[in-house]
Amino acid sequence: MIQPPPGRRTLLHGWGRTAPTAAHVVRPRTPGQVAEALSRAGERGALPRGLGRAYGDAAQDSGGLVLDCTGLTGPVRLDTGRGEVTAPAGTSMDALITHLLGRGFFVPVTPGTSRVTLGGAIAADVHGKNHHTDSSLGAHLRALTLVTPDGRTRRLGPGPDGGDPDLFWATVGGMGLTGVVTEATLAVFPVGTAYMRVDTDRTGSLERTLELMACSGHRYSVAWLDLFARGGALGRGVVTRARHAEPGDLPAPLRRDPLRHRGTSVPVPPLTPPVGVVNRWTVGAFNALRHGRAPRRRRGQVQPVGGYFHPLDALDGWNRLYGRPGAVQYQFVVPFGAEDTLAGIAEDLSEARAPSFLAVLKRMGRPTPGPLSFPRPGWSLAVDLPADLPGLGAVLHRFDERVLDAGGRLYLAKDSRARAETVHAMYPELPAWRRVRSMADPDGVLVSDMARRLRLL
Amino acid sequence: MRDSVGTVRSVLLLGGRSEIGLAIVERLVREGAREVVLAARGGVPSPPDALTEPGAAVHSVDFDASLPDTHTGTVAEAVALVGDLDVVVDAFGVLGEQAAYEADPAAAARAAAVNYTGHVSADLAVAARLREQGHGTLVVLSSVAGVRVRRFNFVYGSAKAGLDGFAQGLADSLHGSGARVLVVRPGYVPTRMSAHVAPAPFPATPGQVADAVSAGLRSGATTVWAPRVLQPLFTGMRLMPRFLWRRLGR
Repeated sequence: MIQPPPGRRTLLHGWGRTAPTAAHVVRPRTPGQVAEALSRAGERGALPRGLGRAYGDAAQDSGGLVLDCTGLTGPVRLDTGRGEVTAPAGTSMDALITHLLGRGFFVPVTPGTSRVTLGGAIAADVHGKNHHTDSSLGAHLRALTLVTPDGRTRRLGPGPDGGDPDLFWATVGGMGLTGVVTEATLAVFPVGTAYMRVDTDRTGSLERTLELMACSGHRYSVAWLDLFARGGALGRGVVTRARHAEPGDLPAPLRRDPLRHRGTSVPVPPLTPPVGVVNRWTVGAFNALRHGRAPRRRRGQVQPVGGYFHPLDALDGWNRLYGRPGAVQYQFVVPFGAEDTLAGIAEDLSEARAPSFLAVLKRMGRPTPGPLSFPRPGWSLAVDLPADLPGLGAVLHRFDERVLDAGGRLYLAKDSRARAETVHAMYPELPAWRRVRSMADPDGVLVSDMARRLRLL
Repeated sequence: MRDSVGTVRSVLLLGGRSEIGLAIVERLVREGAREVVLAARGGVPSPPDALTEPGAAVHSVDFDASLPDTHTGTVAEAVALVGDLDVVVDAFGVLGEQAAYEADPAAAARAAAVNYTGHVSADLAVAARLREQGHGTLVVLSSVAGVRVRRFNFVYGSAKAGLDGFAQGLADSLHGSGARVLVVRPGYVPTRMSAHVAPAPFPATPGQVADAVSAGLRSGATTVWAPRVLQPLFTGMRLMPRFLWRRLGR
């Protein structure tokens, strides 16, 4: 009789709240406890999990052992001389930003939510609104500590002197399948304030939106698109471009304490409606209002970093708005020159009257060497959709084909429904990644529901 | 495993020649399932075109409902072939003729064993596997015949009543395990198995039962009726006084 893995059996799902599966969950607090937990994994393997913001099944291991890594916290060490911060992997981006801002520094990359762990952010090689200028998180990672299932603890860096740079890069974007990151050192940069200077433009068409995004001299830029609009207005949106504000940019009352960082969060009641409230009517009204209320052109508006980078964090648990069926997020990148594919998909979503209130367009720049890292130079579009939309599966498979034909790819941290063959074609370096991975985990202990579905291992 | 839009990868059909069962599997294959195991006595040597043509790999294993000792082995064999079982359709059974059963009590008991205790061992074996893998849905083909047993087919109906209760209890015991049970209550479905009985009102085709199952899998329902009108109808029938119920025609 095989000993069942330790831990409490819990139903886990991704941020989209679809396809829950049960796993034994333990919460290690030290790297030693991580190694011990990994050594006790059973036949169905083990997997690290952070704050559960991946939309699909990336942080689930049905029937296996899931290491809830949010307990891996402790002192954050900032080396102001070198411009580096070292933090335990369970530190949330929110906590890290708060720590850094208080000392006049900022993270090099933050995703659209600050409710991710540092370890999770590395595993997804997250990108932010500055990808076109600063690449993804992995590009700023100086070192990481990885506990592998053989019980070894490795300190890895990106360069040839980094111990095992192949394993380092396999871990960056490696979806937690190479080991458990327990600590990381990140390059950070000084800022004068906890505020952004934001330029806002309302656009009337996708063409105009892309034009504005393309000519940006700003460090940060992002566009929200109204994919519910039809005809010529299709792809109309609101482009917000920003840079970090200097104390002189601030109005007098804020200048007294320019590095003060406030987090505001309104919890959504912990109830999940049986039917989602995100539908054609609510999204149609919301999008029209959002577009209509945006200023046509505004320059130099001062906004707190939280409001600019993580607007949805203010609404804690907003994913429950999709009701019991949950949400699917579809995010892809296509290379520059494939704007037709982007426009075609936007058009089809509008034609299908697919209600998306979170269509986000970003310009992507330099990639990292991570074989499974998502970003590639080009345009990235992310769309949230109710999972019970009739025919959604087939529609998204057709989009997959077009993205693949254009030389693009899907973001694994968002995926919950793609086919293995499609993803294999989108990530041609998968075989190389597998070779590196199997050296770090020869017995195949690390596995996820996503890895099973997409046959990543 | 079931993905976010309800597509599954692997399906095991217990009762690999059941018309309703095959209609359900065919629907799941058309929706994207790629691995199918047909479990039937002697196996199913030639896989139906309806399954292979859309691109599913169809395997077959030997399964005898009347041999409960073999059921855990059958499930293990299916797992060895396709890995995790995303959906298991329990569709085996025999209908028989009430008059013949009354003339041959031993035959009636054998039929009742296939229709009830055969499911107990098979479904418990499936449930153990689904619990272990932490996900998956067991679809149990019950019948309106078991909702309230009628004098015209009480051998069959009583076994279905037992199965229905068993499946509901199993569903509750699996709550929180990641595994689920979907109880399907079709009315009269004209198939080879039911060719000898007179048609009943509100018939459903195997395709309609498959529709109901597919919708139930997506919505996370615990019970589906096919056609849907049978639910209010049988709620009423359950309340019907006994002296009337007894007189009810087929």
